[in-house]
Amino acid sequence: MRAILLPVFFLFGCAEVWNDPYPASDRGQKVLYSVFSERPKHLDPAQSYATDESQFTMQVYEPVLQYHYLKRPYQLIPNTAAALPELRIEQRGGETVSVYEIRLQPGIRFQPHPAFVPGNLTLDRRQVAALASPYGLPLGTRELTADDYIYQIKRLAHPQLQVPIFGLMSEYIVGLKAYAAALKAAARPSEWLDLRQHALPGVERVDAHTYRVILKGRYPQFQYWLAMHFFAPIPWEAEKFFHQPGMAEKNFTLDWWPVGTGPYMLTENNPNSRMTLVRNPNYRGQPYPSEGEAGDAAAGLLADAGKPMPFIERAVYTREKEAIPLWNKFLQGYYDSSGISSDNFDQAVRISLEGEPGLSPEMEANGIRMETSVEPTLFYLGANWLDPVVGSAMGGAAAERARKLRQALAIAIDWEEYLQVFANGRGVPSHGPIAPGLFGYRDDAGGINPVTHEWKDGKAVRRPLATAKKLLAEAGYPDGRDERTGQPLVLYLDTTTRGPGDKALMDWWRKQFARLAIQFEPRQTDWNRFQEKLRKGNTQLFMVGWRADYPDPENFLFLLNGAQARAKTQGENASNYSNPEYDALFAQVRHMANTPQRQQLIDRMVDLFRRDAPWIGGFHRKSFDLYHGWLGNLKPNEMADNKLKYLKVDPERRAAMRLAWNRPVLWPVLLGILLAAAAVVPAWLAYRRRERMAARPVPAAGA
Amino acid sequence: MFAYIVRRVLYAIPILLGVNLLTFLLFFVVNTPEDMARMQLGAKRVTPEAIEKWKAERGYDRPLLWNAQAEGAGRATQTVFFQKSVRLFALDFGASEDKRDIAAEIGERMWPSLALAVPVFLVGLAVCVSFALLMAFFRATYLDLWGVVLCVAMMSVSTLFYIIGGQYLLSKLWHLVPISGYQGATDALRFLFLPVFIGVVAGIGASSRWYRTLFLEEMGRDYVRTARAKGLAERAVLFGHVLQNALIPILTGVVAVIPLLFMGSLLSESFFGIPGLGSYTIDAIQAQDFAVVRAMVFIGSVFYILGLILTDISYTLVDPRIRLQ
Repeated sequence: MRAILLPVFFLFGCAEVWNDPYPASDRGQKVLYSVFSERPKHLDPAQSYATDESQFTMQVYEPVLQYHYLKRPYQLIPNTAAALPELRIEQRGGETVSVYEIRLQPGIRFQPHPAFVPGNLTLDRRQVAALASPYGLPLGTRELTADDYIYQIKRLAHPQLQVPIFGLMSEYIVGLKAYAAALKAAARPSEWLDLRQHALPGVERVDAHTYRVILKGRYPQFQYWLAMHFFAPIPWEAEKFFHQPGMAEKNFTLDWWPVGTGPYMLTENNPNSRMTLVRNPNYRGQPYPSEGEAGDAAAGLLADAGKPMPFIERAVYTREKEAIPLWNKFLQGYYDSSGISSDNFDQAVRISLEGEPGLSPEMEANGIRMETSVEPTLFYLGANWLDPVVGSAMGGAAAERARKLRQALAIAIDWEEYLQVFANGRGVPSHGPIAPGLFGYRDDAGGINPVTHEWKDGKAVRRPLATAKKLLAEAGYPDGRDERTGQPLVLYLDTTTRGPGDKALMDWWRKQFARLAIQFEPRQTDWNRFQEKLRKGNTQLFMVGWRADYPDPENFLFLLNGAQARAKTQGENASNYSNPEYDALFAQVRHMANTPQRQQLIDRMVDLFRRDAPWIGGFHRKSFDLYHGWLGNLKPNEMADNKLKYLKVDPERRAAMRLAWNRPVLWPVLLGILLAAAAVVPAWLAYRRRERMAARPVPAAGA
Repeated sequence: MFAYIVRRVLYAIPILLGVNLLTFLLFFVVNTPEDMARMQLGAKRVTPEAIEKWKAERGYDRPLLWNAQAEGAGRATQTVFFQKSVRLFALDFGASEDKRDIAAEIGERMWPSLALAVPVFLVGLAVCVSFALLMAFFRATYLDLWGVVLCVAMMSVSTLFYIIGGQYLLSKLWHLVPISGYQGATDALRFLFLPVFIGVVAGIGASSRWYRTLFLEEMGRDYVRTARAKGLAERAVLFGHVLQNALIPILTGVVAVIPLLFMGSLLSESFFGIPGLGSYTIDAIQAQDFAVVRAMVFIGSVFYILGLILTDISYTLVDPRIRLQ
């Protein structure tokens, strides 16, 4: 047996476990193993705007601010800044401006990178062609200065970059729009555009470690943008380095090889297979937080208080496009964390009699932990305000009829059931436009939508169907028929779901509308046409979602601002909702600090929203994540993307568990060999017999 | 033969033009350049200016097929189709819509694809031919009968079932190999064992049954009877005569496939996490990356034509009666 299996044994690296997908050199190391499913499109902090990309960029790039890892509600704290920015409201040129003055901590150094070695900025094509990685060149570093942050702000207007927030920022940063036009005129194809040679009025360098950003008017939410990678530092040397001839042909670009001051540096970039972050040796060792929420200390989350971060030496992200291998590798201990797909939900989660989710006994026995968190998201069924049936743009009595129709639908469509059936309960029905956990959201009796729910026995209960039917009759559709024509009311849902697997969902929608005797017609289309319909205002009902950029109610309330109407301005108000009172309140609320007065105005806006019902209900998604017991310092934080530096891993425990879970089972190999022999030997004997057989049977003796 | 090959290569040019035009039309019937821009830029905070900028940067601000604003030949050349197609014939694939160099990507991804496809092809061919010869040798016996039944059963099962079943048994249950993943150099062996094994097993049913038919057809011919009458051993008859003569129809199917091995396997690469060209194509289709789709379809067409020419040449090698003119 051993002799037979010896070659196999050598093939698999003489290891005790044969199915370990990582090299033997990883064993015992403080390495985090994680996954990514979508290939990142951009790692340039000016261009990237996807959560999948932030898990890489935010470990490398450091904005001046960050979110406190443990405290709730979310709180901004300095990152590379010495203190929170100082805000002054000034008058300049007859205009009110907000001046944010930011002072950096001295002594912060960039990661080792070839761009900081002057000789590497004059490479020729041949030298570049010989490189397997940018890190094959001599490496250097230098201190982070205010100029690096200023350079990045200028890059927001770069003519050769697609910057998603340029439109928004050009409304606020003084001179950014004109700056973009000037850069466009100055840019030459295939030549590096040195932004240091072009001044932007909206940014001022005070000294080597201090700079100012000047905004038109007031924009208090700007502080949140200062915690995002759009405002992370970019050294000019990195841009120049990657702009050398031959770099782009080898896919060596700043968009793929980030250069930062953060705790990690990206040393392996294969977006098709594996991305590797390695601890930045020049990182300053920011201390782990020493304060948190009540209960954090008991949960062990303050055990590392004050210790220099990061705790993990390397993070390996493997691309897994399919859910089955990902799940199985998590169960084998080869990934440290995992989400839960619908297929695996029953294996991982048990719902208690009280409706509370908990881990299944199988998961608990393996030391797996589950963390849940309501995401700052909102998925809603929108009604197009411009539609003659469900919209109210026409005003007058017709608008009132449409309002009552929307309210009736908002009662009849059972979002609690939707979440149970299609999301395994991973969501919270929404009662307003603001996600839980944010200022402006109320989770008490006053927080429920009185149109759709009532408060009974300490919880929100959906109003009876009779209320919806009464509203429907008042809308002019008694028993689901138009009282003027007698024709049945038909409503159309524009949707991108059209596969065979979506039939159950469409049946569910049909059932919800049928409760009011309304006929339901799905208009199934592809994503492009769906978006086009939204842009042109050609939809009736549709479902879309939003994830907040920052924890401020403005980032949800603006989705209903008339000035953002999709059909008119291509803005984010997909339902084209328009209410002058709401818009006037929004204009006040958006620039206010979180005061009781702001809460009061938000409450009024939410009341208007509930009365008008431009969104016929929806839900906030709830994440369920699983973690192995050897991973420590875990606390869900939906705003911070730079979480890697806080985590710690126990490699010895992981190795022991992997060994216990993955011992090779050899009897099937032996059985396979025996079966093969059992098949081959008789065949060989039969062959030999036939070979020796005479052409004609030999007559028997004496015959 | 040289003149024949030159003629076939020249024939390939209009075919490639046609394939390119067809790809272009099919792609842009479903997507507009604006759709592509929106797909690349994402759904949040996308302004009309950003879309125009994206299109202009990548040359999608021109008319698709005919530029009425231009003059002379510019009406045809100042179009998206011409600008994007003509460079393909110089094997200049340009950059993907997310600005990654396509040639560099292909150069990187072809090795994992070949590392999977070549062993599946060679081992699969050897196993299937051997199994088919075995069934032919034991024709009209229980071994032959059960062999055919096994083949029919195996070809009735979906490849996806083999993959999921193989991963479940060999990796999840018995812990013998990694479920998925890929590393270069000698480490690749550990990751390729399972996909190659499954690739071979999944192909046994259909191929073995077909090869058996070919062998049986040859075994019924007069020259085989003559060989046996001369007292040749059955092994010599099978390998020396039957296999050689049955190779012509086998080559028809096999040689044409050889260049396409380069294109990778869509399903296996996805499930086993192998970063090859098959998954590259799928990703590009999902991301509406026309530059990559166009390049991969073009390369696929070139290899298909190459495969057909190689098939013709291989005929002359295995059958001296055939001459290419």
